[in-house]
Amino acid sequence: MNLNSTDFELFDTPAVFAVDRSTLDSRWRALQAEVHPDKFAAEGAAAQRVAMQWAVRVNEAYQRLKDPLKRAAYLCELHGAPINAENNTAMPTSFLMQQMEWREALDDARALPAVQSLAKDVATQWQTALSKLQITLDEKRDFSAAAQQVRALMFVERFEADVDQRLAALEN
Amino acid sequence: MALLQISEPGGTPDPHQRRIAVGIDLGTTHSLVAAVRNGVAECLPDVVGRAILPSAVRYLTGGRRQIGHDALSEAAADPRNTITSVKRFMGRGLSDVKDRAKLPFDFIDTPGMVQIQTADGIKSPVQVSAEILATLRFRAEDSFDGELFGAVVTVPAYFDDAQRQATKDAAQLAGLNVLRLINEPTAAAIAYGLENGSEGLYAIYDLGGGTFDISLLRLTAGVFEVIATGGDSALGGDDFDHLLADWALAEAGMKVESAQDKRAVLVAARAAKEKLSNTDHVTLACPLGTTELSVRVSREQFESLACELLTRTISAMRKVLRDAKVDKADVQGVVMVGGSTRMPMAQAAVAGFFGKAPLTNLNPDEVVALGAAIQANALAGNAGANDLLLLDVIPLSLGLETMGGLVERIIPRNSTIPTARGQDFTTFKDGQTALALHVVQGERELVSDCRSLARFELRGIPPMVAGAARIRVSFQVDADGLLAVSAREEVSGVQAAITVKPSYGLSDVEVARMLTESFSTAEGDMRLRSLREADVEAERMLLATRSALAADGDLLSAEEGAEIERLLTALQASREGEDHHVIDAAVEALAKGTEAFAAERMNRGIRLALSGRRVEDV
Repeated sequence: MNLNSTDFELFDTPAVFAVDRSTLDSRWRALQAEVHPDKFAAEGAAAQRVAMQWAVRVNEAYQRLKDPLKRAAYLCELHGAPINAENNTAMPTSFLMQQMEWREALDDARALPAVQSLAKDVATQWQTALSKLQITLDEKRDFSAAAQQVRALMFVERFEADVDQRLAALEN
Repeated sequence: MALLQISEPGGTPDPHQRRIAVGIDLGTTHSLVAAVRNGVAECLPDVVGRAILPSAVRYLTGGRRQIGHDALSEAAADPRNTITSVKRFMGRGLSDVKDRAKLPFDFIDTPGMVQIQTADGIKSPVQVSAEILATLRFRAEDSFDGELFGAVVTVPAYFDDAQRQATKDAAQLAGLNVLRLINEPTAAAIAYGLENGSEGLYAIYDLGGGTFDISLLRLTAGVFEVIATGGDSALGGDDFDHLLADWALAEAGMKVESAQDKRAVLVAARAAKEKLSNTDHVTLACPLGTTELSVRVSREQFESLACELLTRTISAMRKVLRDAKVDKADVQGVVMVGGSTRMPMAQAAVAGFFGKAPLTNLNPDEVVALGAAIQANALAGNAGANDLLLLDVIPLSLGLETMGGLVERIIPRNSTIPTARGQDFTTFKDGQTALALHVVQGERELVSDCRSLARFELRGIPPMVAGAARIRVSFQVDADGLLAVSAREEVSGVQAAITVKPSYGLSDVEVARMLTESFSTAEGDMRLRSLREADVEAERMLLATRSALAADGDLLSAEEGAEIERLLTALQASREGEDHHVIDAAVEALAKGTEAFAAERMNRGIRLALSGRRVEDV
């Protein structure tokens, strides 16, 4: 185990998409209990530096593993299929059509119930897409196809954030 | 060095030697110091038994000053020289200080942080805060009849980098070894959680004198994990006073001009506000020059005035729940912190929002200092300290200015600290040899809406065509929540780094100058102080290394072990002399010489953590 171990190695969990969130959470706490700079506060600046590096690394791995999209992207990268979202913007027409429909629906939705129903729609789609992604990654182990799915999901994620922002504005 | 302290409390380097570590709540209206004594955290009182120190400093001519109660009692008579609520000016420029027209101080618009003209010269908020902190430090040293090992100082969770840096500077100016800056709501959660043995999701609603914080924490077996935090660093009890004062003056059809009168009305308003927590009606009264202000106010009137302020706290709470993706029904309890939560309307608003009565069983004035003391005791490595771990977050996103005045977010808010992130940038002109970097903090898309933390330049990039350079900018936030930024051109290896001493902070030179001028070191000679500090550090290293060798010496080969022994002997020998540089060098040598050992120990610790076993089972 060193600072260059993969996130999965660091968290001692199989390198697959399906992970158990509560296992991740408890591993994270156990690891931080060992490496956090506070555990070395009585030991001087140099000890703090090494602890800081490790604590940063553990937090980085945890951030990536607990977020399904980041975890999927990381798996693709580990298997030689980097996401490169900036250079790969081509999407199937049907997907783009749906994105446009959603955008229009959000523009038109003035009242809270309309935005809420849109949010529900997006959440359902998101879950369905994640299940498909899991099959591509863990069963078919087709990482370039998975990378394409991740890129599409990045659009959905961004849209979800916009919907959330609108919800927040309407609720206040 | 970096030795993994896997030892249980009983196995800490020297169980007989207790380090005196305190928690300090540096508040807007009042401050407290607390420490763990005989296993219990308690606030340390002054010689006449008062735990609370009003955060007020009165400057007199000839370098004389009054601090705390003495200063506060003169506030109405000498408002210009009696600095109160200085926390609101920490790390802030003049334009950030709302209500400045209503305040009786002579502000000086200096670049960086606002300053105040007093009878004893120009004072920065950092200096004023240092006076308060030093008073508490002396109180603690008197209580224990010994020197302090260090202090945990609390800051509002919503304080940005500039405000945190200013607070740390003030503590150093006061001669305190800052073990950690921790967030006030987190400190409250420690005190509350340990007291009640709670587990689960808790919200901390902290309405202090000048700041409002809301934090959401998960408590699991001694781990305090902050999930999200939010608030308003310029909303607090003071605002209720101002509202009530303005209203009373309008009712009476009066205007105030002088600093004395402004202060008098505010003092009367605060007294009226506090009484209204227990009664239905009160008369807000004070003499104003030759006349008198006297207005009768009911609780109902006050509440309808102040309702807007509480609505702001509720929407901040909603935002935090949204950030955390948590439903308010999942929140097991709401802990109320800060004197302003004594207002029945604050408790009612929180109860109304969460649909359950808030928890108020700890003294809202003391709970933050108590939690800080518990953390300080743990950080000092004292025997019997609670095995607790704080996992806190940064309150505001950190980013860089990009083309068109837009913000590129590098570290999003609510990231667990410590954390680091890098982002690659490139040049946009052919032959460009320098890149200007502007570090900002905030949630808005436009740079002009965010707080500017620092500007620096990466120079000496070899000329290349536009887009060929690869400039990696790395942000690192330490466990105090303070930021360091570095930039490196990867092709040529040109490097530039900055520890964000924000535009609003003080330069190291300024801090050094203040240190030499400040009374906290006036009696002592700087050289002696450095020597003592070096010796303390040497002793700490010796003890830690020996205990590490005892625990994990088996990881080392015979040669490696002998080399560390040699470094230990050299360090011990260096302490015989009087030159702190020699000791510092020996400490550094030991640190370097044990780094590989530290990494091995870290590894062992991690493997054990993953296998779910404790060290003592091995």
